Amino acid sequence: MWIRRFAAGVAAVLAAVITTPAGAVTEIQWWHAMGGALGQKLEKIANDFNASQADYKVVPVYKGSYPEAMTAAIAAFRARQNPTLLQVFEVGTATMMAARGAVYPVYELMKNENEPFDPKAFLPAVTGYYTDTNGNMLSFPFNSSTPILYYNKDAFRKAGLDPNAPPRTWADVESAVKKLQAGGTTCGLTNEWPSWVLVENFSAFHNIPIGTKSNGFGGLDTELKINNPLVEKEIAMLADWQKTKLYDYGGRTDKAQPKFFSGECGISLGSSAARANILANGKFDLGYGMLPYFADVKGAPQNSIIGGATLWVLKGRPAAEYKGVAKFFTFLSRPETQAWWHQNTGYLPITLAAYELSRSQGFYDKNPGTDTAIKQITLNPPTENSKGLRFGSFVQIRDVIEEELEQAFAGKKTAKEALDAAVKRGNDLLRAFEKANM
Amino acid sequence: MQTKRVTFGGYGVPALLVAPQLAVTLVFFIWPASQALYQSVLQQDPFGLKTEFVGLANFRRVLADPAYLDSFAITAVFSLVVAAIALGVALLLAAMADWVIRGATAYTTLLIWPYAVAPAIAGVLWWFLFHPTIGIFAYVLSRFGIAWNHLLDARQAFLLIVIAAAWKQVSYNFVFFLAGLQSIPRSLIEAAAIDGAGPVRRFRTIILPLIGPTTFFLLVVNIVYAFFDTFGIVHATTGGGPGTATTILVYKVFRDGFEALDLGGSAVQSVVLMAVVVALTLVQFRFIERRVHY
Amino acid sequence: MVENRPILTVTAHATLILGAALMAAPVWLAFVASTYPGADFVAGRLPLWPGSQFFANYSAVLSEGLSNAGAPPIAGMLINSAIVATLIAVGKIAVSLLSAFAIVYFRFPFRAAAFWIIFLTLMLPVEVRILPTFEVVSQLGLLNTYAGLSIPLIASATATFLFRQFFMTIPDELTEAARIDGSTPLRFLRDILIPLSRTNIAALFVILFIYGWNQYLWPLLVTNDQSYYTIVMGIQRMARAADATPLWHLVMATTMLALLPPVIVVLAMQRLFVKGLVETEK
Repeated sequence: MWIRRFAAGVAAVLAAVITTPAGAVTEIQWWHAMGGALGQKLEKIANDFNASQADYKVVPVYKGSYPEAMTAAIAAFRARQNPTLLQVFEVGTATMMAARGAVYPVYELMKNENEPFDPKAFLPAVTGYYTDTNGNMLSFPFNSSTPILYYNKDAFRKAGLDPNAPPRTWADVESAVKKLQAGGTTCGLTNEWPSWVLVENFSAFHNIPIGTKSNGFGGLDTELKINNPLVEKEIAMLADWQKTKLYDYGGRTDKAQPKFFSGECGISLGSSAARANILANGKFDLGYGMLPYFADVKGAPQNSIIGGATLWVLKGRPAAEYKGVAKFFTFLSRPETQAWWHQNTGYLPITLAAYELSRSQGFYDKNPGTDTAIKQITLNPPTENSKGLRFGSFVQIRDVIEEELEQAFAGKKTAKEALDAAVKRGNDLLRAFEKANM
Repeated sequence: MQTKRVTFGGYGVPALLVAPQLAVTLVFFIWPASQALYQSVLQQDPFGLKTEFVGLANFRRVLADPAYLDSFAITAVFSLVVAAIALGVALLLAAMADWVIRGATAYTTLLIWPYAVAPAIAGVLWWFLFHPTIGIFAYVLSRFGIAWNHLLDARQAFLLIVIAAAWKQVSYNFVFFLAGLQSIPRSLIEAAAIDGAGPVRRFRTIILPLIGPTTFFLLVVNIVYAFFDTFGIVHATTGGGPGTATTILVYKVFRDGFEALDLGGSAVQSVVLMAVVVALTLVQFRFIERRVHY
Repeated sequence: MVENRPILTVTAHATLILGAALMAAPVWLAFVASTYPGADFVAGRLPLWPGSQFFANYSAVLSEGLSNAGAPPIAGMLINSAIVATLIAVGKIAVSLLSAFAIVYFRFPFRAAAFWIIFLTLMLPVEVRILPTFEVVSQLGLLNTYAGLSIPLIASATATFLFRQFFMTIPDELTEAARIDGSTPLRFLRDILIPLSRTNIAALFVILFIYGWNQYLWPLLVTNDQSYYTIVMGIQRMARAADATPLWHLVMATTMLALLPPVIVVLAMQRLFVKGLVETEK
């Protein structure tokens, strides 16, 4: 009896010795900011990659919110302890791009490691945000979203509005919120991510600049332009609506979401990635539409811009890890991986192939509304106003813009005063960034 | 600095005894803090790839920023209000507990435990309760015709962080006040009672002056607490908004340095904070030294 | 009670009960929230009385480890928090006791300098010096270790200062007697000072344990390895999921579990804690 057990033990040890390759598995640290259910899905992608080959193991590590993850990685870089792969939100792009000594551009990596890589396979509205002026992709798009209009069809019915006709223009929105309120809904309209939705995407959708130098793509000596009459008109209108709750400000980031899914507000401008969450929490018939625009503006609607995050490769790790990262990117680019991620998270498909695959699988027929976001970012070929934006210190600038918007909505400043102040404070930050990165 | 009249001899033993603390302090405190000080005169990108000495430029930039000066005023008001509420409520409860005597220990048990709640968790709790849409307190207030929206109403946001911060500090103050009240000789109070002084008058004329030193000590402790330990509360509830209405100094240091990666500006703020700490510490130190004398 | 005043006594009890109820309200409501199915109160209103999901929610949190809320198993995080909090409390008490003893009971060169260096650290919060401290810790190879999680938080003067205050109140006669008996300084420390400081040590243990338990930012920065995550950090992780509403019922259940150990420590040591706290800081 013991002999058999002994033999089994020896066999197990031998098997372990033999099957473990001499070089062992190369581990690749991937720091990310996806908590909750999204974090789990991200881990599944890493596990699938690890199971698909035997040489590399991608280890996802959750490092808190986007800013926390980025700061942790930067602190680690300064101490030469950085991860190979880092998920950075879109507003951190300029900071990462300016750190030339710290990041390994994705296009270079793919070329050096001889991995097939075609930037044209990606949606232009996605890649545009993350390429340099020569069209080279510096980071790898991972999770992208864009704001769309959500509306409560039940509330629309109750107010005598057509539940199958989402408001298209701001004039439509105005008559809808008034009817909604008359029909018993407490508040008409709210929105998530105030700066992203009301300023950045509003400008892109109306094809007007957010800043000079092609929204900052053209150089660090850029200045904000958001105190223009059109943005002012929008903010003044919302501030006016705020008084009677036709519009009700719901806070920064996605804090406004419960206002909409609890039925308090009838319309919400929010991230396309919020769809699953709204469906899970809202007990009503959900409708989707594109962002509203002012019909009298020439060139509107243009196309909306994205938010979300990309994967940056950091320097200073052993060469073998970069080979693994390149293979991981190839794995991520596969239409099946992309389509799975897109369909299960609500983020945009970032390659055309993943979009086609999802369509042929009947995903959009089964899940109405999921393609609204895609249609909206591909509405027109991106112009220099709607390609995206690239401002240094934009994390701080976004805070500044939202602080000033709050002043306008609270009635403490006029829309013009608030936007002027935002531009002035924002430009100060841009100058400091320019100086630090010259 | 005071010393003992009777001491032990020798240099080696005391050197060995202070060594661990000195080592830990130098490595994990003095060195990093001096790095932070040095950072305040540098212009550096977040990754530390390019560094330039800029003298006092960072100081000029930060001190000229109206948002920073606002933050100072906000912090001052916040600290005083939190201290006043936390002290007032604690004193009221302690006076009541002192009066009933029986059950004082049980009441202490019931009142002491919030001390153990992490600021980060307290923040999450209060944020959840006052959430304009799902929060029960917001709902109750709306039944009374008060529209609660701390996302837009600066005063309500301020009130929210004050309540959350004071809530955590009442326990601590209560313990000290109760101990202070109980240490007042019964005979003194009985004598006053025989002279015909009622409870309220006794409280005003005898008890209050006697617990004056305790109150002053607690005032300093509470202000320090409101200045430095409330970061987690602001972070979890208002995030400094609306506008900059609840951006207290420690939160601003954190946000500028940790989230926005403005290392120079954040370092300048750290330097200013250090100065505040030293000042507050000196006040407390002088006061405590004096108390030891009598 | 000096005289019998029924109305005042009733008022006093009423005030105290009301005060205790108000203090408990947030935690009670959090507990209530942790006993309902998730979507129940997210879209509607929170009831005042616990619901039926107590066992379901808590066993989900404890056994499945909240994998669907993006956090590693709760039990592991609770153990880590306990280890880190204990290390910080014990380490800081030991280090401070020794240095306070040296500063009070010896005259040696640079005594004042040592005192002021230690004293300088009083109260400057971790948040302010966090990035340079992180660099030191990582250069020492202490990332993802209990040492890295605890030692930097030991570097503060509060406890030293409190012990110093307490030692100053101990009568010199005791020291004289010890010296006449030929006792060495260390024996004096062991046989006389430490027993006398028992309540202070207990109070400090409670304060420091709670301080260590409640850390959030520091553990977040120095750990990349799930097996070193602490509970407070885990809760923030769940409450601030990107692009999704937190699973409030599970967040609140975890909050309850995270609250319990420090609250138990405070209540179990209440008598010593209260006595020690008041004596040391008076």
